[in-house]
Amino acid sequence: MRMSDLFRLSAVAGTVLFASLGFAQKTTLTVYTALETDQLKAYEQGFYKAHPDVEIKWVRDSTGVVTAKLLAEKANPVADAVMGVAASSLALLDKQGMLEPYAPAGLGAILPQYKDKKSPPAWFGMDVWGATICFNAVEAAKKNIPKPETWKDLTKPVYKGQIVMPNPASSGTGFFDVTAWLTLFGDDGGKGGGWQFMNGLHENIAQYTHSGSKPCNMAASGEFVLGISFEYRGNSNKAKGAPIDLVFPKEGLGWDLEAFAIHKGTKKLDAAKKLADWASSKDAMALYGKNFAITAVPGMAPPLPNVPADYESRLVKMDFAWAAENRERILAEWTKRYDGKTEKR
Amino acid sequence: MTAVTSPGGEAGAAAPAATRLVQRVHWSDRVAHVWLVAIALLLLAFLAAPLAAILMQAFEGKDREFVGLSNFIAYARTPALLSSLWNSVWVSMAVTAITIPVAFVFAYGLTRSCMPWKPLFRGISLIPLLAPSLLSAISLIYWFGNQGIAKGFMQALGIQQIYGAPGIVLAECFAVFPHALMILITALSLADARLYEAAAAMGTSRVRKFFTITLPGAKYGLLSAALVTFTLVMTDFGIPKVIGGNFNVLATDVFKLVIGQQDFAKGSVVALLLLLPAVFTFAVDHYVSRRQTAMLTARAVPYKALPSKGFDRIMLLCCSVIALLMLAMLGMAIFASFASFWPYNLTPSLRHYVLGLVDGEVGEGFINSLKMAGGSALFGTLLVFFGAYLLDKTKGAPLLRGPVKMLAMLPMAVPGLVLGLGYIFFFNAPGNPLHGLYQTTALLTLCTIIHFYTTGHLTAVTALKSLDSEFEAVSASLKVPWFRTFWRVTLPICTPAMVDIARYFFVNAMTTISAVVFLYSPETKVASIAILNLDEAGEIGAAAAMAVMIAAISAVATGVFMLLARWVDRRTQAWRGPR
Repeated sequence: MRMSDLFRLSAVAGTVLFASLGFAQKTTLTVYTALETDQLKAYEQGFYKAHPDVEIKWVRDSTGVVTAKLLAEKANPVADAVMGVAASSLALLDKQGMLEPYAPAGLGAILPQYKDKKSPPAWFGMDVWGATICFNAVEAAKKNIPKPETWKDLTKPVYKGQIVMPNPASSGTGFFDVTAWLTLFGDDGGKGGGWQFMNGLHENIAQYTHSGSKPCNMAASGEFVLGISFEYRGNSNKAKGAPIDLVFPKEGLGWDLEAFAIHKGTKKLDAAKKLADWASSKDAMALYGKNFAITAVPGMAPPLPNVPADYESRLVKMDFAWAAENRERILAEWTKRYDGKTEKR
Repeated sequence: MTAVTSPGGEAGAAAPAATRLVQRVHWSDRVAHVWLVAIALLLLAFLAAPLAAILMQAFEGKDREFVGLSNFIAYARTPALLSSLWNSVWVSMAVTAITIPVAFVFAYGLTRSCMPWKPLFRGISLIPLLAPSLLSAISLIYWFGNQGIAKGFMQALGIQQIYGAPGIVLAECFAVFPHALMILITALSLADARLYEAAAAMGTSRVRKFFTITLPGAKYGLLSAALVTFTLVMTDFGIPKVIGGNFNVLATDVFKLVIGQQDFAKGSVVALLLLLPAVFTFAVDHYVSRRQTAMLTARAVPYKALPSKGFDRIMLLCCSVIALLMLAMLGMAIFASFASFWPYNLTPSLRHYVLGLVDGEVGEGFINSLKMAGGSALFGTLLVFFGAYLLDKTKGAPLLRGPVKMLAMLPMAVPGLVLGLGYIFFFNAPGNPLHGLYQTTALLTLCTIIHFYTTGHLTAVTALKSLDSEFEAVSASLKVPWFRTFWRVTLPICTPAMVDIARYFFVNAMTTISAVVFLYSPETKVASIAILNLDEAGEIGAAAAMAVMIAAISAVATGVFMLLARWVDRRTQAWRGPR
């Protein structure tokens, strides 16, 4: 009697287990991301339309936190894929052997400067985010401050104490600003024109922030007149009603990519590849184009208001390898010059 | 066999035999040792091991090879170090110097005067704990920032801008006030009325009584509060990050190294430096606790404040001023949460609340936050109080006590982000039997308990210290096991402190960010993290709105705890009242 009860119980349990497995046939993919929540929703819907059999579990945070988390979890990875994280960060992970090279279906259409040089590539770009100055027109009018056209304009005395920029030691956006200036004006081991420019700029800087969005947010709320930030943040603040103009300095703009990669050792490689294929597709690029003026596949983004037509040609030639190799030296020099003696009155 | 407790008279009579009269360990003391071992193991697994997992990297190179002290030497050579170190130290000292006297006055008013509205003041004093530190930063910027309402007032005082040291000092004073207050209230509320009666009988003035009875009695609490304040300010990075401008402190250096540059090795070097104040605190605590004599002996008559018109009015005035400042901070954040687009469009709207709850997905975060906070309050209080009791009131196992005490003091010196990363390294390691906890609410809860362990521990110890160990001695001679004394005597006396600790865990768990940001998974994401993301996206209004909502939830919870405290008070503290 008792034995048969036990049998019956286990049979029921087995059926329940089986049924629940049947329902859980969807593969769950853990994706680490630094994308905005509102962007995520659109991309997720787009992907589900193409692949209803895969479910995405997003782990979202700022680029720095996501990268630190990935590196800390290196011994026992949790993420299956990384989407919308800076290419410079992914290059770092690649150097640690943490990425699974894969050539996604849409790779051919992606411009060469927007993907990893290796074949198959460890990562590929989704869209570009470039340096932008958020200029608060209301506060500028109050203080009689003209709108700058170029980077060099920012060193003029009229901007003293009005500019905020991200600290390159804390923020990727700040770092590409610095590397772009060194590329444009010269590095020369600390003696070049880039450093001369930053010496002048430093005189006018009110604050170095710890995030790339913060300068534009501060300009948007009128705390400071100019915030050196990036295009997307400028557009989103302007859309919210902030009285800011976006300035894209003529000399050239630093930039980075929102990029995609598959994590090495994932147990769900097939699903991760599906996501990679979708992320490189024209459909996906069209979605990126709603938020960013430049997508990795050209011609997918409708012209955005507030962004000049020749935006893409203003991007400097970024050498990610050079920037990665020289990162420590550049940051050490930068910190020595501008970060140590910050509190001046 | 039962223990032989040697009564003094007998031992004196039989002097030669006394040398052989070994005090045997009562079986119940063994039980205490087992529990102590359990707590030690818990602290080892959830504090020491994760910390070691990350801090060992201070001695490792790029490929995780052992490099000795070279990271330390490299860091010592950077010019930024000295300025950060000096900034950290002087700001922490300034905050301590401002906060402790102010908190002392407030605690004094609450415990030693008969001023009206005490529960209200106690409630208001908790405001800084109720909301994420982001809230105070936002409201300081709205008050004193470049578009701030009171900017002119601040500049009239000779402060050019809020960003930098002034902002950090102000915001930190606000943030650490409840921490210091909790310890000071505990220190001041347990006093022996007989001392005051004797002094009054001799015609001692109020001032003299204060300096000869009150202050010495509160010495341990004062020192603990000062050290806690100093260490908390040293290690906090949330406030300097938001309002510090270019003012570098050690904690922001850790952030730059770990999050900005993913340089775990150098970040660990700085984190190790930050542990020094805790070691110092431990040493001082060790020294002082030996000298502290119990305020409340077994024969004590609890002190009860007598009405005194003038004095009560002065205390009321002081506490009102402090409370008003707290309310101003919260009030501005509430205003900011309703303003459409600060500072350009101040028409009130609910836009930010809708945006935060719907788009920001903070709503579901609240449920997770409540789970975590409830868990922290329940288990944290039990753990902390029981641990403190075992350390302070039971005997034996001296080799275990030192390390456990040290571990209890350590958490306050560990920046949250270091603890969080340590948890990843330790719990996510392949082969760790505790790996199953990774990304669960249980681990988030444990991490939070550990993160806020020290203040709870110090409050419990302060409460216990003021109880005479005669209670234990008497029960030992009556052969009552310690746990019965604990249950019948100590626990009832200390329940108000326990309710305080539970509330402290609860509200801190609601607002904590720094450690849990590394540990949450999509299913366990808490509201405070969602708020941080909103601020990052420039939705300052929505961030303020959600912070206000957290504050409101915490306030309701605080109200519940206060009712609980009152009920407990009536049940257990009747002996304090007039007989």
